[in-house]
Amino acid sequence: MKTLKFLIEKEFKQMFRNPLIPRLIVMFPTMVLLVFPWAVSFEVKNIKIDVVDHGKSIYSKRLTDKVAASKYFILNDTPLDYQTAMLNMENGKTDMILEIPASFDKDIVKSQTSTVGVAVNSVNGTQGLLGSNYIMQIVNDFSSEIRGELINTLPPQSRATIMNMPRVDIVPQYKYNPELDYKNFMIPGFMVLLLTILCGILPAQNIVMEKENGTIQQINVTPISKINFILAKLIPYWAVGLVVMIISVTLAYVIYGLWPAGNVIAVLFSAIVFILSVSGLGIIISNYSETMQQASFLVMFFILILVLLGGMFTPVSGMPAWAQTIAAVNPFNYLTKTFRMLYLNGSTLADVSNNLFALGIIAVVLNGWAVFSYKKRG
Amino acid sequence: MRYSDNLHVKQKGIKMKQFIAFVNKEFRHIIRDNRTLLIIIGMPIVEILLFGFAINMEVQNITVAFYDPSPDAITTGITERIKENSYFNNQGNMPSVAKMEEAMQKGDLDLAVVFQQNFQEDLVQTGNAAVQLLANSSDPNRGSISATYATAIIAGYQQEQMELMHIPFQIQTENRMIYNPQMKSSYMFVPGIMGLVLMIICTIMTSVSIVREKERGTMEVLLASPLKQGTMIFAKTIPYMVISFIDFIIILLLSYFVLGVPINGSLLLLFLVALIYISLTLTYGLTISTLVDKQMNAVIFSAITAMIPVLMLSGMIFPVGNMPVVLQAFSAIVPARWFIDAVRKVMIQGQGLFMIWKEVLIMIGMTIFLLGVTIAKTKKRLE
Amino acid sequence: MTNKVIEVSNLTKKFGSFTAVNHITFDVKEGEIFGFLGANGAGKTTAMQMLCGISMPTSGEGTVAGYDIIKENELIKRNIGYMSQKFSLYEDLKVWENIRLFGGIYGLSNKVIAEKTDALLKQLNFAEERNTLVKYLPLGWKQKLAFSVAIFHEPKIVFLDEPTGGVDPAMRRRFWEMIYDASERGITVFVTTHYMDESEYCNRVSIMVDGRIEALDTPAALRHQFNADTMDEVFRQLARKAERD
Repeated sequence: MKTLKFLIEKEFKQMFRNPLIPRLIVMFPTMVLLVFPWAVSFEVKNIKIDVVDHGKSIYSKRLTDKVAASKYFILNDTPLDYQTAMLNMENGKTDMILEIPASFDKDIVKSQTSTVGVAVNSVNGTQGLLGSNYIMQIVNDFSSEIRGELINTLPPQSRATIMNMPRVDIVPQYKYNPELDYKNFMIPGFMVLLLTILCGILPAQNIVMEKENGTIQQINVTPISKINFILAKLIPYWAVGLVVMIISVTLAYVIYGLWPAGNVIAVLFSAIVFILSVSGLGIIISNYSETMQQASFLVMFFILILVLLGGMFTPVSGMPAWAQTIAAVNPFNYLTKTFRMLYLNGSTLADVSNNLFALGIIAVVLNGWAVFSYKKRG
Repeated sequence: MRYSDNLHVKQKGIKMKQFIAFVNKEFRHIIRDNRTLLIIIGMPIVEILLFGFAINMEVQNITVAFYDPSPDAITTGITERIKENSYFNNQGNMPSVAKMEEAMQKGDLDLAVVFQQNFQEDLVQTGNAAVQLLANSSDPNRGSISATYATAIIAGYQQEQMELMHIPFQIQTENRMIYNPQMKSSYMFVPGIMGLVLMIICTIMTSVSIVREKERGTMEVLLASPLKQGTMIFAKTIPYMVISFIDFIIILLLSYFVLGVPINGSLLLLFLVALIYISLTLTYGLTISTLVDKQMNAVIFSAITAMIPVLMLSGMIFPVGNMPVVLQAFSAIVPARWFIDAVRKVMIQGQGLFMIWKEVLIMIGMTIFLLGVTIAKTKKRLE
Repeated sequence: MTNKVIEVSNLTKKFGSFTAVNHITFDVKEGEIFGFLGANGAGKTTAMQMLCGISMPTSGEGTVAGYDIIKENELIKRNIGYMSQKFSLYEDLKVWENIRLFGGIYGLSNKVIAEKTDALLKQLNFAEERNTLVKYLPLGWKQKLAFSVAIFHEPKIVFLDEPTGGVDPAMRRRFWEMIYDASERGITVFVTTHYMDESEYCNRVSIMVDGRIEALDTPAALRHQFNADTMDEVFRQLARKAERD
């Protein structure tokens, strides 16, 4: 225990002797939380659309205006032919094309129906799907408008059918995030991302740096126990993680007014369990690496897997079964879920206890491994 | 006159020889470090496979439950429709809305479908009946898409009923999905993953190894050699360029043969784009190496600046067009944005150089700029 | 009869197919200054690392300070000091911080550390450098500091791996004075070097060639045995046999 104190003291001194580290601890969370939440949004709006109106008639103009007035679309151009619109799409100037046939008005009046063509750039699948849904809604609305206006031109029987047409009101209600604010959803994720990067990269460099500098030999010839040595390496990063967390929670409140709907202590507690896991992972990487370059490649490799398969950006439930198995041992996934529940759903500590339990097991395994994989004798 | 010409040629020859010898040495240096080489080659393979298959924007497996106080033909019809849909994972009927909200709070339920009392009766008598969709929107994307899907199903059901009744004035839409008709997420993500992985590898590779030489003092020895420093740094980056290009080819092969992402445009053009991007990212690594003098800091700097902006601002995941104008401007200085754009255009949309000249020029411009900064910084250090 | 503080027999270390240390057998007596000589790559450092418990022998056995080098390596570490070939104190810690760290690791109390630090810095004429980061010290000073740290906790044995590499002759002489001081305080000194003149300062020397000990005796006896005027000549005769480069 006494030795541990000396070792921790040493680690802290070294950490703060690198002027980049304290700056990093403060600046990095600030930058990330200040800037990036504004960048993340899947909300599909401002879809650029070209309308190719072959008829240029009354109804087709009305439909064009209706599309242009929608909050989802920006009318990019009304080219004369489909080829020009396609060229625009290839250039990236437009995302969608609405093609209205020359006979649009005639069809509506004569045969009471018509068809419009929609082409969507679906390289981004979600955007493609939602875009075509929105267009469909607009066209349906337009249909009922026309129906209302032209109802008198119809024979009485059809009129009666329309009048008696049953209508189901669909009332969507968005719980926990009624404004559908993507920032609120992503900010807890950003906090997990920050912890992962800082508490993963820094410890991963630590022991391998001692290997490169040769200082590890001087340590290995002393009677220090492995567990003390590894603990002394980890504890400063736990502290770093906690500080980062406190800064982040404060910033989220100050900048975005976002405060956990559940218990803030539960947020910090679950963060600590997570920090134990990633810093343990960092030390393992450091133990197995020969050079700092190797360690940095490896730590980036694992961070990318943790993050991209961890449900922050894309839902875990949409992944194939094997990837969901990976997610089941991914601490990032558990903390992201926990944070979102605590922040947005107002869940209690009891509600997230399963996640915390899983995180706890991961932390124990990784840290046990970290101690085990540190070899004092080659 | 002739003699000095000759001498000039000779010296040039010697320089070339020195240069080749130096490149050779750097190559051997890298090849001998088996473990690092394994990581540099293995990392992109594992990641393109993992992410290519697993990352998926599609909202699936939506857990749905129903509250239906007075079941009738229509509510049962709608319920069946939703249950049958492959996007939904049915949790059955629940005895109360409160129970549903409880499940939602625990994260066990995404969507609650709540029918009003006497649904069919009201619909027939008053022509109106309401169904409420409670969507768990802590994930707004998931929330709104769940609600959109359910709405579409219910509306579709209604539409069918209307068609049975021959309601006039219905305008149909004919949809075509262009470039990605099956709407595979991999089409969208593969170029992004390429940009991300190459950026990380190239940046860390150059910055860390050069700063390591600075740390050890071996850089000074090299700088004292007869080779010009520009030549020397160029020679150092050649092996990295070759390795990165091998990485790119491996990623490309895997995306084509394993992930099934098409290469609709010119392969040669794709190589050109990759070569420019690799030069750009290697140069960025060089720039970092002139700015820091500890390996630790080179790692932190490279890791953070190579990863976060690519994830957030390059359009890899979040469309640039959705961002506020200020961030769109920010994203313009993220190299990966232009690479990803160009690769999507060439690979998936099958476009030619004429359509990507802007991206190509911007990347070349960035490379020249960073090279200038690097040379200026190095000169200053040596003086 | 004096105690043997190091005893090894048939100690061997292989790295794959390469035998770095090949069945070496020797002992070191308490209080001795034992020179461990050999060309670069002869296997000195590997042998020493096995004695210090940071390298696992492939075969063979031995004891250091009475403890088994295979099983009780952590107990050995309580009783030894070590100074590696490459300077390995923390360059980003100050002089006093390095001393305090290693004092603490060996279980000295804050008070003892503080007193001994003052005494040490005074003795080395280092008082002014107390708060200097170690990376700013000149090489010779660094080595003196590393040696002082290695014996700060008064170990039974101190292992020195090429302690005078790269410093000028005057500094080397002063360094050897420090070694003699330590020896007088009863610390056994085990020192590797490839400066043959330094071997004359040792009580006994062993000479390693290609992983084997080819000669072991007092310097005088070795010169006699090889019919040579200097240790350098002894060494050159032995080195001719070497196959490794």
